[in-house]
Amino acid sequence: MNIEQQDFYTQAILSMAALIGLASFLMLGQGRLLRLIFVFALQGLLLTMTAALSAYSLNNHHLYISAGLTLVLKVMFIPWMLRRQVLAMHMNRDVEALENKTLVMLGGASLMVFSYYVLHPIVQSSSTIMVNALAVSLSVVLLGMLLMISHRQAVAHVVGFMSIENGLFFAAIVATNGMPMVVELGIAFDVLVAAVLFGIFFFHIRTSIDSLDVDRLNRLNEVDQ
Amino acid sequence: MGDQLMTWLLAIFQTLLFVALAPLLAGWLKWCKCHLQNRQAPSLLQPYRDLLKLTRKQPVVAEHASWIFTRAPYIIFSAIVLAASIVPLIAVDLPTAAIADVIVLVGFFAFARFFLALAGLDIGTAFGGMGSSREMTISSIAEPAMLMAIFTLTMTASTTNLSFAIIHVLNEGLVLRPSFVFALFALMLVAIAETGRIPVDNPDTHLELTMIHEAMILEYSGRHLALIEWASQVKLMLYGVLIANIFFPWGIAQSFSVQALAHGLLAIIGKLAVLAILLSISETLLAKMRLFRVQEYLSFAYLLGLLGMLSHIILEASR
Repeated sequence: MNIEQQDFYTQAILSMAALIGLASFLMLGQGRLLRLIFVFALQGLLLTMTAALSAYSLNNHHLYISAGLTLVLKVMFIPWMLRRQVLAMHMNRDVEALENKTLVMLGGASLMVFSYYVLHPIVQSSSTIMVNALAVSLSVVLLGMLLMISHRQAVAHVVGFMSIENGLFFAAIVATNGMPMVVELGIAFDVLVAAVLFGIFFFHIRTSIDSLDVDRLNRLNEVDQ
Repeated sequence: MGDQLMTWLLAIFQTLLFVALAPLLAGWLKWCKCHLQNRQAPSLLQPYRDLLKLTRKQPVVAEHASWIFTRAPYIIFSAIVLAASIVPLIAVDLPTAAIADVIVLVGFFAFARFFLALAGLDIGTAFGGMGSSREMTISSIAEPAMLMAIFTLTMTASTTNLSFAIIHVLNEGLVLRPSFVFALFALMLVAIAETGRIPVDNPDTHLELTMIHEAMILEYSGRHLALIEWASQVKLMLYGVLIANIFFPWGIAQSFSVQALAHGLLAIIGKLAVLAILLSISETLLAKMRLFRVQEYLSFAYLLGLLGMLSHIILEASR
């Protein structure tokens, strides 16, 4: 089935899938922490809209609740908290130079191709067109991991971790029309607790090595001095 | 037979319209930009007056100039006019659009750019060589990005012919296509880089160390300069028409009645006016970026084109 034969909601959700993938790529190439957090909030907003759209088109009311949870947690609370920490630690002016930006971006593009290749058999045997978007959600997960590998700042690692969760949430919406409410609530609170714990870890790392650059965790203090 | 003659005449008329309207678009762009920046705007017809003044002046040619230097403006202008004859402006399905496809269009741009770079090198001044090398560097990254964006369109329409592709988009009606969003942004970024607008190059300055297009044509004067300027104005309009007619083709004439043609003309003028306003807003808001950042900008355009292609294959293709 081609996209032009689909109804408007399917088209809209597929477009959202593409935009969520784009947001992941934007995060991958971002050197400034505040902008990284802003793009992360945008991705959360796109997820909220996807959840609300599929709640409306499938007439599935509990998806509205998970849309609301996403809005509160991933668009407002977590970005606000990360932003406050970055400002408190005066890292908002730091520009993190990626080792090789073009290579990382091309690596991201090949991860997207890879996830499409891996999911191709599943997509072929399934009946709903929404499963197409599964490849995008897997690539969002993989791009989140790549973000954690390629960036050095601990804050960027946290954003990468959260965007992995975004990818899983998106997969849950498009492939299974939403997880059971209990699971969703559990994950939402896990993410919340994780965000708070990460915040505490930031301060601990910073007080012990005086930086949030995780590359410096590789070195032993006594050997260097 | 008479019908065929009519369509050929119409095709020639459309190309002439392209060439004639291009300075007006440049004037309108300048007018919008001046008003956004609180400056006194020159009249909309000022580009025509400039061209007329330049054609009246005697061209000065350097002693060491070879034949390339004097012939290049004519070659560039004719290549761009040929490119303009391929792109549907007010009507689709014209005979000129059927003989060449979109890859030929990119080829015409490359041909004109090649001679412009040669002419920049020919005199042997430092500025000319610098401008040529910069232009070739930028275009070597911009061209793949543009082709990627265009391939997204051609894979959707399953034809590389611009006219048929536009008819395909028209017949489909309003479809939300994620791949088109990416292709649109990629093509916009490439258009800005290729026509030498801010943030890649500043079209208003002369004698600035970071200039690209102006550096190559610094030695030109008189009617040679007029032809090159005119060609670059037509090129700007070409990109505008490409963006407007591929992604928002509604209004273009599908039959050759006078009413449909007039409707098509009004539609394209409206679309170009809106695009020029958008361009002037972005030029007012952005500052020119460092030359060494341009490749990052263009690799982002390439990435967008690639994502467009991928999302076409992953999300939209038939199973």
